Amino acid sequence: MMESARVQARLSEVTRTEVEDFLFHEADLLDRWELDAWARLFTDDGEYLIPPTDLPDGDPSKDLFLVYDDRHRLGERAKRLGKKSAHAEFPHSRTRHMISNVRVRPSGDMLRVTCNFVVYRSKQGVNDIYPGHSEYDLVLAADGGFCIRRKRAVLDVDTLRPQGKVSIIL
Amino acid sequence: MNQQAGFDPISWAVVDDRARGVFRVHRRAFVDQQIFELERERIFSRCWLYAGHVSEVAQPGQFVARPVAGRPLLINRDRHGRLHVFFNSCTHRGAMVCRENAGRARNFSCPYHGWTFADDGRLVQQPIPESYSPACNAAGELNLREVPRFDEFCGFIFVSFDAHAIDLADYLAEAGDYLRMASEHGAAGAGMEILGGTQTYCAKANWKLLQENSADGYHADTTHASYMDYIKAREGAVLNMYTAKGFGRVRNLGRGHAVSESIWGTPWGRPCARSMPSWGEDIKAELDGVFEQMAGRLGRERADFICHGDRNLLIFPNLVVNDVGALTVRTFYPSAPDYFEITAWALAPRGESQRLRDLRIRNYLEFLGPAGFATPDDQEMLELCQRGYQAHAGVEWNDLSRGMLDEDGDSPAKQDELQMRTFWRRWRDLLAGAEV
Repeated sequence: MMESARVQARLSEVTRTEVEDFLFHEADLLDRWELDAWARLFTDDGEYLIPPTDLPDGDPSKDLFLVYDDRHRLGERAKRLGKKSAHAEFPHSRTRHMISNVRVRPSGDMLRVTCNFVVYRSKQGVNDIYPGHSEYDLVLAADGGFCIRRKRAVLDVDTLRPQGKVSIIL
Repeated sequence: MNQQAGFDPISWAVVDDRARGVFRVHRRAFVDQQIFELERERIFSRCWLYAGHVSEVAQPGQFVARPVAGRPLLINRDRHGRLHVFFNSCTHRGAMVCRENAGRARNFSCPYHGWTFADDGRLVQQPIPESYSPACNAAGELNLREVPRFDEFCGFIFVSFDAHAIDLADYLAEAGDYLRMASEHGAAGAGMEILGGTQTYCAKANWKLLQENSADGYHADTTHASYMDYIKAREGAVLNMYTAKGFGRVRNLGRGHAVSESIWGTPWGRPCARSMPSWGEDIKAELDGVFEQMAGRLGRERADFICHGDRNLLIFPNLVVNDVGALTVRTFYPSAPDYFEITAWALAPRGESQRLRDLRIRNYLEFLGPAGFATPDDQEMLELCQRGYQAHAGVEWNDLSRGMLDEDGDSPAKQDELQMRTFWRRWRDLLAGAEV
């Protein structure tokens, strides 16, 4: 870890383009189903969250979320989706993650990043759309890049109809 | 009548040959439009249906609005504390008077012409009232309409659209005690509450497939193999599901209701109250304390059953209460033979510690829900079945014979299909015109 003053200095120099490149890289890993590499983007205390569609501002420790993954579980989620026995995603669906409206704000030892997303999913003749926005807490990695401490993907659909499920990673 | 020549669900849809131990359901029952319409008329318009939980309308003024069996309902507690279940439809021209899913209101004002109803349903305001004859609402016929029947059982609110339905407690038969068990969780004995956050999703399949799936012990090792892998990765081993120190069985609870139940023999932990190695000593001590409190209140035998056991409870026709790694209330309704909508909530003891509440939600989501490690795969199986039924003219029958020759014995195995046969026998009888 870099010491605090250098971290602050580096964070204040981060450009939106750098953050966008990182988010595009994440999206690319997901669309290519390189999910173990996706999980490795997270810090050891990383979290991946999807609030309920009727309570986008909910608290995962009090409200029933769709996803409330700590680092171990998000790693297992990635591993599971690589298996033939993860039936909802075998054969893998085709997905396309679109990222836009990226905003970056330094906050203490991390960056608060928000962006809009649309994920298209296609499988067996069924096409589903998942629109929403994500909130990221990014920290600096040892190599100067970024790690995800927290990703909260907030869906804009108010029910999972007609999608039925979130068997992919948003 | 919507009957075709020779249509008779008793004679063709279900083969129930107890002597030979053969039980079959015709796949047309999952795809046929006429059967779907008969189900609406003879099952969903007559049975008691889950509508909500008292914790959602605990305070005077609270309401929730949601469809039940396709009808928009408004459930509220009025300023005097009385529970109501209204049709959410203005008595003037029909618009829904309540457009929010939940909240607080002292009255409901129709957005179309401004008719306003008090929280007890009385029509209290019509714009330009002098143009109405006093006869228009002389008998209160323009007040918000209550559903024909509603009742509460251990906090679960049910409705029936049949004014002549038998009483709810009789309808629930032996399932009533299982619902009571689902209301007795927690150290404090302070009742139960529905958590914030609703899982509203759907499946492109026939609704009956979910009732079959929700207490199916036979599919766990294959459909949920990847969930078992996750447990193994976290805990180091998967507890043997059926031969551990407890027991497992399925039971017919009467009137189409059934349960799949066990003590100890499942591989997950329970926030009320059965620990897992990875939860650590502190959580184990707290859960053991919850058990002792419940044993003091309910007796050791019942507390052992509730805390250390698991129950997948099926209440005919469309309520599932899974009391497993968490406690979920799930109901569903079809809008077509090959599509239905599902709504699921988490139920939890009031006064639960924040640590256990957090654990409960994490534990719920490791298996359950449309982004869990198991539910999406269940949905996939339902949809694969539905696609398979497109070949029903070539492959006519589903087989649900498992364990049939022993089904009247003491303890049909948990992987048996008695619970499904119980559902289908009730379905067959109601479709044929039997009284609810």
